[in-house]
Amino acid sequence: MLRLEKLVKTYKTGDQALKAVDIDIPEGQVLALIGPSGAGKSTLIRCINRLVEPTSGKVYLGDVELTELSSGALRRERRRMGMIFQEYALVERLTVMENVLSGRLGYVGFWRSFLRRFPQSDVDEAFRLLDRVGLAHMADKRADELSGGQRQRVGICRALIQDPALLLVDEPTASLDPKTSRQIMRLICELCKERGLAAIINIHDVALAQMFVQRVIGLRFGAVEFDGPPEGLTPDVLTTIYGEEDWEATIEKVDDDDAMAAE
Amino acid sequence: MPVREANNLKIWQRRSGRESLFHWVLWLIGIAIFAYCWQQISKSTTWFFVWDAPRIANDIWTRATPPKWEYITQLGKPIWDTLNIATLGTIIAVILAVPVAFLAAQNTTPSRFFIRPIALLIIVSTRSINSLIWALLLIAIIGPGVFAGVIAIAIRSIGFCAKLLYEAIEEIDQTQVEAITATGASRWQIMAYGIVPQIMPAFAGISVFRWDINIRESTVLGLVGAGGIGLQLSSSLNVLAWPQVSLILLVILAAVVISEWVSAKVRGAII
Amino acid sequence: MNDAVFDVETKLGQPWKKPPFVQRAWLRWALLLGLIAYLIAAYMTIDVNWSRVYEGLERGKKFVLAFANPDFTTRSSDIWEGMLESILMTVASSVVGIIISIPVALGAARNVAPLPIYLICRGIIAISRALQEIIVAILLVAIFGFGPLAGFLTLSFATIGFLSKLLAEDIESMDKVQAEAIKASGARWTQWINYGVQPQVMPRLIGLSIYRIDINFRESAILGLVGAGGIGATLNTAFDRYEYDTAAAILLIIIVIVMALEYLSGVIRARVQ
Repeated sequence: MLRLEKLVKTYKTGDQALKAVDIDIPEGQVLALIGPSGAGKSTLIRCINRLVEPTSGKVYLGDVELTELSSGALRRERRRMGMIFQEYALVERLTVMENVLSGRLGYVGFWRSFLRRFPQSDVDEAFRLLDRVGLAHMADKRADELSGGQRQRVGICRALIQDPALLLVDEPTASLDPKTSRQIMRLICELCKERGLAAIINIHDVALAQMFVQRVIGLRFGAVEFDGPPEGLTPDVLTTIYGEEDWEATIEKVDDDDAMAAE
Repeated sequence: MPVREANNLKIWQRRSGRESLFHWVLWLIGIAIFAYCWQQISKSTTWFFVWDAPRIANDIWTRATPPKWEYITQLGKPIWDTLNIATLGTIIAVILAVPVAFLAAQNTTPSRFFIRPIALLIIVSTRSINSLIWALLLIAIIGPGVFAGVIAIAIRSIGFCAKLLYEAIEEIDQTQVEAITATGASRWQIMAYGIVPQIMPAFAGISVFRWDINIRESTVLGLVGAGGIGLQLSSSLNVLAWPQVSLILLVILAAVVISEWVSAKVRGAII
Repeated sequence: MNDAVFDVETKLGQPWKKPPFVQRAWLRWALLLGLIAYLIAAYMTIDVNWSRVYEGLERGKKFVLAFANPDFTTRSSDIWEGMLESILMTVASSVVGIIISIPVALGAARNVAPLPIYLICRGIIAISRALQEIIVAILLVAIFGFGPLAGFLTLSFATIGFLSKLLAEDIESMDKVQAEAIKASGARWTQWINYGVQPQVMPRLIGLSIYRIDINFRESAILGLVGAGGIGATLNTAFDRYEYDTAAAILLIIIVIVMALEYLSGVIRARVQ
């Protein structure tokens, strides 16, 4: 579904954010990307939809190679990749509905979008999605009136209305409290399952990642250090990813979390 | 070192010897420059008039009071013209300032090395020349009248509005733009959805702020023949009709106060 | 939850419209119609002599071309004298204006000055800000006669209003605790100002002063129009004689000096803060 081949990103300052990363993600797989800050998680996600231009390497989405695309063709491919952001990145002065509909921008012409005359099917889909995340009654509120968790739900709707094949999720829970974090993660994973979407989720909370995903990739200094099921994250593995630390506590916490989730 | 030792005592000073000397020299140079300036000004001043000033001021005051109230009936049209110069000038300026601002902002300019300097040049040159000078110029080109005033105000305001607006554009939250980009939106859609909503409040605030300033400036544009109430002021001054002058000054004062009040109200409502 | 589902069923198939910026419909329409009516009325009352404007385009072109080929030499002595006078006025008025505006600003800060002084100083500021430079210049020329003295006084007066207001606001919003600590040490009022207040507002005072020098220079360029000295008179003569190349030269000099001042003020402000 998505295949990264020898993906390299070197910033102008000389910092090598990604060192020849190879990843292959099959259809419908939800993958968590963990690693310390500065490991290149964000850069990796942004190199896929070319918000950051990769220095070299190849990105295949299905059969299409993305890094060589012209800007028009890139826009068409971006429609197949929904993105969810850390700080929600809603356009704060627009209404919830406009924010959701902005996910359709790649499908409608400029004047239609400028006059807010989206096709009826888009509007219906937007209402269905908002209803799915429990925010249909908020449609005409301005985005900056919403709480953090609500905003992230709107962000999810915006990504899903694109009708994507892949979700790129950048630290979806970093600005949320623990309970909301878990709700949002659960929502994302449920929606992926419902719609058969593949997803890459950047996340710094190892315990949270282990709860929800089928596969974990650990990134350190721009290189893949671990690739496997969440159960494989032993203290040794975490040490290679994050450096020396007392991991027993974290792993115990995972057990607690599981217990709580089970309740 | 600010601590000096003398006779086995430590004496604290704010500055060391050389530093304080440097400061003194700077002050001396400053005072010398000011003295020179003052000398030059006083050389080209007729001091006889200055000593006579209190008497003349008193004389003008007695002539100017009370203001000729009934003259206000003739000021209706000039006030209307003044309002039009300020408002239409602001509208034109704002419309022209938007593209200039987008071309000048680091994050939206299409070309950093070619178009951006041109946009910045437009901003600097329109901003650094007073609207009275623009009016003078336009009157020489298209003849006296309200139209010249409107254009003068418009040109002067482009730079001002564009500067504030491009600073606002440079300060937008880039992740919101990123999010819109990630949906596959085109360049113009990114502008309409990602950038414009973010700068709307700044845009409205700048427009009203500049309108307020323009009301002030348009009241005096008539002095050089560009229409409005300044024209009446200038002709009253020419015939030394002081009671009319004092009334016009009161009207201008009222206009300034009212426009400031309106702009404060509107800005309060927007933000 | 049932409510929400019901909600959505009713919305499906319905067109969606962005909620209007002004909620009340009658107000929205009234504002729109009022605006259109105003624009029409304003347009009708401005009688533009289009043929004159059309003729003017030729002159306008000449003027724009003059910028490519400005004439600094023909009237170089006039330009030089006018510029020098403008600069003299700028320097002298900025110095005097800043020196006077400091006590006025202290007086206009409610947390420093007692009420009667506060009212007087606020009054001075209000008058200075309400009267525009050019009008003050007219009056002062009438009183003191033609020449740079009137211009100097005008700019000093304007500087006081501008600087005192902003400085007073800064003093009013300063950190109380620092000032109180100095007071607690038993300092006199003057000492308190010197040690408790001055260090806090100094960077802003310097920044504002430089900004005001910039403004004073720009304003000094127009005071000549009403006989208050400076480059304005030369410029006016150049326009009257249709000597666009000389006018372009003067304008270019003004632009360059303003740019230099702006650059300088940026550098100094960055160093002070």
